[in-house]
Amino acid sequence: MTNKRKNLKVKAIYPVSTDEELELLVFYPKIQAGFPSPADDYLAEKLDLNKYLIKNKATTYCVRVEGDSMTGAGIYSGDILIVDRSIHPRENLIVIAILDGELTVKWLKRENGKLYLCPDNNDFSPIHINEESEFQIWGVVIHCIHTFYKSF
Amino acid sequence: MNKIFALVDCDNFYVSCERAFNPLLRNRPVIVLSNNDGCIIARSNEVKKLDIPFGQPYFKCRDKIDKYNIAVFSSNYELYGDMSRRVMEILAQYAVDIEIYSIDEAFLELEGLRRFDLDDYVKEIQQYVLKGTGIPVTIGVGQTKTLAKIASKYAKKNKQNNGVFNIVNHPDIDQLLEAVPVEDIWGIGRQYDKFLKKFNINNARQLKYSQDKWIKKHMTVVGLRTVWELRGQSCLSLEQLPPAKKEICTSRSFGRPVESLQEMREAIADYASRAAEKLRKQNSAASILQVFLTTNRFKEEPQYFNCIQINLPTPTNDTFEIVKFACKGIEKIYRSNFRYKKAGVFLTDIVSKDNIQTNLFDTYPNRDKSKKLMEILDLLNSKYGSKTVQVASAGTKKEWAMQRNLKSNNYTTNWDELPRVKAK
Repeated sequence: MTNKRKNLKVKAIYPVSTDEELELLVFYPKIQAGFPSPADDYLAEKLDLNKYLIKNKATTYCVRVEGDSMTGAGIYSGDILIVDRSIHPRENLIVIAILDGELTVKWLKRENGKLYLCPDNNDFSPIHINEESEFQIWGVVIHCIHTFYKSF
Repeated sequence: MNKIFALVDCDNFYVSCERAFNPLLRNRPVIVLSNNDGCIIARSNEVKKLDIPFGQPYFKCRDKIDKYNIAVFSSNYELYGDMSRRVMEILAQYAVDIEIYSIDEAFLELEGLRRFDLDDYVKEIQQYVLKGTGIPVTIGVGQTKTLAKIASKYAKKNKQNNGVFNIVNHPDIDQLLEAVPVEDIWGIGRQYDKFLKKFNINNARQLKYSQDKWIKKHMTVVGLRTVWELRGQSCLSLEQLPPAKKEICTSRSFGRPVESLQEMREAIADYASRAAEKLRKQNSAASILQVFLTTNRFKEEPQYFNCIQINLPTPTNDTFEIVKFACKGIEKIYRSNFRYKKAGVFLTDIVSKDNIQTNLFDTYPNRDKSKKLMEILDLLNSKYGSKTVQVASAGTKKEWAMQRNLKSNNYTTNWDELPRVKAK
């Protein structure tokens, strides 16, 4: 809850001159007078990651993972999870649950009529949900973003 | 065909936004403070019961805050704005039409949906918003906007309705209106309230059965519309796109008193850039610029207030040009040896940017280039966060800036501040 802005450093200050030519490089294909491009009829939309990853814009959130209890499912510490809160939670989905005042990521499982939040790493044990547990599902995880190469 | 309107109102909106991402706040009393952490502007229901009034200065209730372990937050408008957008987006999916009335209120038109069971439909909206955003909402339904507003107030007062109240086809609507004092009716201001009470019209039922002629004479056609709306005849339709603002103001209280011209110039340059940004966002340009500064009139110290108007050579929305003139203005009215509390920039005489009459004696070098430069400036700041690129005259330390020491994270708008989930 620190004010992040305070840590902002000014990296550079440039003089502004509105008299100088502002160079904008714009490339555009020359218009062909003769043959139309054979690909014209097949022009497709560009791939849009937002569209691919997010179906319900208004109810989808990103959260950051801390900890190793879900490595078996391919979720590592520092990964970003995309969570849709509008999806109805059911067993065998990875969910974000509120447990003891914290948001936690786990498999939602049911066994012999009992509800469990299950880690995916043998070093951790499943958590049985009973009536006394202060427990609520916050959302359903739909994707995990894991970064392999950081260019910036 | 009869129309159906719903008024959707987010409960304790700012508090609910904080709670949506911080489960520890669920059963704790919470308050949110105004800019500079001055007064209380949002309270959770627990706080409302503790006799801590809306608008009370923060320092006056510190004892109670400690005693009841109340969680305190500076206002986080980035978060509230994004959550508001999400709520409105959901509401729009459920309605034929939507009017976003404020950051936490919207009117919906549900015409043509009457074949569904209206009560169930409205409950579904309420539940979906809660599930998808964590924001609880109250919904009032009526044949007119005025009645929907009354229904929503009723739902808030009477908790047994679980935040939903529908007065369409209500068996005894008059009895209900009798319990609504005239000052609580949407569109009845303080003047009309006083006037009506003088004639012994004290509640909505009495107003509903007043004579058209008499109302029109004393309250104009605007008042008459309210009366018709109370009768269930819809006169006010949803207002779509808000018209472009005719004036833009950016003014803020400083985090601490500002005394030097240097700091004052920084603040004014900062506010002027923000105002120029707002202009470009609504595709307009301004021809008149006003700059003002003031000391704190509640303090017993030397007082000074001044304001200057500058006519811009050509209507403009160029940050550099507006900043340049704003700084010139502040230099003219600034006096030393005062402790300034607040300053601001007003832009008026606003025109659409496509309608700019150019001035033969224009002093600005090249307006086309300026336009491109502004586009790039806006692009960079929208892509990499506001103030990634800013005018240097707005300063880098900004020690005068608003205090928001207790601000929560920008959970939904900043990659570095996402909610943390434990995998432990």
